[in-house]
Amino acid sequence: MAKRHEEEHPRKAFGWAARDSSGLLSPFHFSRRETGEKDVRFKVLYCGICHSDLHMVKNEWGSSTYPLVPGHEIVGVVTEVGSKVQKFKVGDKVGVGCMVGACRSCDSCANDLENYCPKMILTYSATYYDGTTTYGGYSDVMVAEEHFVVRIPDNLPLDAGAPLLCAGITVYSPLKYFGLDKPGLHVGIVGLGGLGHVAVKFAKAMGVKVTVISTSPNKKKEAIEHLGADSFLVSRDQDEMKAAMSTMDGIIDTVSAVHPLLPLICLLKPHGKLVMVGAPEKPLELPVFPLLIGRKIVAGSGIGGMKETQEMIDFAAKHNITSDVEVIPVDYVNTAMERLLKSDVRYRFVIDIANTLKPPSS
Amino acid sequence: MTKSPEEEHPRKAFGWAARDSSGILSPFNFSRRENGDDDVTIKILYCGVCHSDLHCAKNEWGFTNYPVVPGHEIVGIVTKTGKNVTKFKEGDQVGVGVLVGSCRKCECCQQDLENYCPRCIFTYSATYHDGTKTYGGYSNMVVVDQHFVLQFPDNLPPDSGAPLLCAGITVYSPMKYYGMTEPGKHLGVAGLGGLGHIAVKFGKAFGLKVTVISSSPSKKNEAIDRLGADAFLLSSDPAQIKAALGTMDFIIDTVSAVHPLAPLLALLKLNGKLITVGLPNKPLELPIFPLAMGRRLVGGSNFGGLKETQEMLDFCANHNITSDIELIRMEDINTAYERLAKSDVRYRFVIDVENSLSQ
Repeated sequence: MAKRHEEEHPRKAFGWAARDSSGLLSPFHFSRRETGEKDVRFKVLYCGICHSDLHMVKNEWGSSTYPLVPGHEIVGVVTEVGSKVQKFKVGDKVGVGCMVGACRSCDSCANDLENYCPKMILTYSATYYDGTTTYGGYSDVMVAEEHFVVRIPDNLPLDAGAPLLCAGITVYSPLKYFGLDKPGLHVGIVGLGGLGHVAVKFAKAMGVKVTVISTSPNKKKEAIEHLGADSFLVSRDQDEMKAAMSTMDGIIDTVSAVHPLLPLICLLKPHGKLVMVGAPEKPLELPVFPLLIGRKIVAGSGIGGMKETQEMIDFAAKHNITSDVEVIPVDYVNTAMERLLKSDVRYRFVIDIANTLKPPSS
Repeated sequence: MTKSPEEEHPRKAFGWAARDSSGILSPFNFSRRENGDDDVTIKILYCGVCHSDLHCAKNEWGFTNYPVVPGHEIVGIVTKTGKNVTKFKEGDQVGVGVLVGSCRKCECCQQDLENYCPRCIFTYSATYHDGTKTYGGYSNMVVVDQHFVLQFPDNLPPDSGAPLLCAGITVYSPMKYYGMTEPGKHLGVAGLGGLGHIAVKFGKAFGLKVTVISSSPSKKNEAIDRLGADAFLLSSDPAQIKAALGTMDFIIDTVSAVHPLAPLLALLKLNGKLITVGLPNKPLELPIFPLAMGRRLVGGSNFGGLKETQEMLDFCANHNITSDIELIRMEDINTAYERLAKSDVRYRFVIDVENSLSQ
């Protein structure tokens, strides 16, 4: 049985995988496909730990296939390219995010919205075109079709840049799509974690006034002095929230726990937009009155297409925007997951794959 | 000592009012203000019965100011105009809808969105600029600032056109604002009542494909044969819902009872919009996954500004769109309310005020 994963494909690979819904990760020998004519093969240097990785290793969404190698904030250096690859060459710094495939023929794909393709293939725990399971970036090597690889500009640090591949695009895409990227607008960011802190940086770079909304008063200093937010609201402080009513053009809500929407809807000006990018696993309560009275909307958004992901990376490079990271060795990953569960990280763990992921000597 | 409704203003008026949260209406003597410089006095011919009238008469939203004379789908004839009034003259056929006042200065008012003005004044059960209560259209006459009076097109029947003043604008406005006017797009209309049946008519006039989504199988023939909808989806049939997944660009949700949003969201395509115009009295459950997976949104909309209401009336006149109504006498209003509570009307009651309201 153990040999099956090692023999599935012709080229050896090594990583860490969860075997069951305990979510505990451990060394895992497996294999990757040969570099196809449109494929890019790269040595993984860093991989960010996304909260989705934690949900998936524990099968919290019910869709996990084990053994599961997580990781969809993957950066590295190209070692091989297929014969039809045009955009990349050996030595290039590249990244792969949440997707490694899509149908490429539907309306969404035609509009550079592969993330909304009904046949989109996730970077891990999904089924590839060849029927095999996809494995993510907690591994030494990655192979992906050129279309799903992005170039990392030279001036973007690879470790601090890795989380942009999921966290970054997840907040960048709705800021653009919902028109919250215009200088002078006032945008609220709910939740100051992996997504939230990057959202603050992007919004500031876009010239937007930013208010961080959080349950933790002790994040205020951080938000304002370190991240550059213009103001900070403690969501449990009714007076503060009341004073800020009808002041925001939009809100990006990164909170994945169940939480009340009414106070956030009230913060919006008339015609304001509340965009949900966190993924609570239970439905939230939607009060309809305030939506009608102010002609407001509640919308969702999920990652972004490949074209926009590249645009986001280039924007980040131009404005020197990276994630705030805690770089860890791979054998710390289970502890990191425990800390992540308690939001005890400022603000993304990134695994130093190149220096710490080594097969145990047999 | 506050004056009685009869003595509050100098001009006698007569109507039917609810006195308490039983919502039962009965004859009511009151008074209207003198016709000011900017005012228009209107002899009321017809008044539509909106479901909001029922909610308000029974204090279901908690802020009813009794006695309440409901009615905000008013059509009548001008009998007097103030000296500053330029848009109307005696004898004109006019309409009054949901608002009779607003601050006229805020950003919303400046943008012809008086309906979103934080100080907008409702046609009934609200407080006017002079501190007195507003009384609605279940009455013989009303005095309104010209800004809040609409020209009622000649070729629009005043009885079946009356409901356009609330039901009509309530669906027209979001259809315009949320971009539901592109021919060929697919609109779902959830709920086939006073709002829904007009949304179907507007949808067809905009060149949309229209699917009615309803929990009542008996409405299918009606929806398709009479109202011209292209398709009918029974919301309680999982197989029908499944077959229609991801097929609609927009849904206008007119349902005012608490209902699940998840099946409606699933009907939307990528970037699809679910616009709610009904007013359930409790929050709805909103699952976030379908929002994020398809970049869908849930939006609200609340009737419309005066400029847009006029535009809507003119649109209806051009396209011969009116409401399907059941004309009733004033004294039948309580029975009508009972039937309305059970949605037993196709699709709006309209009170023949001129011919049935007498002291």
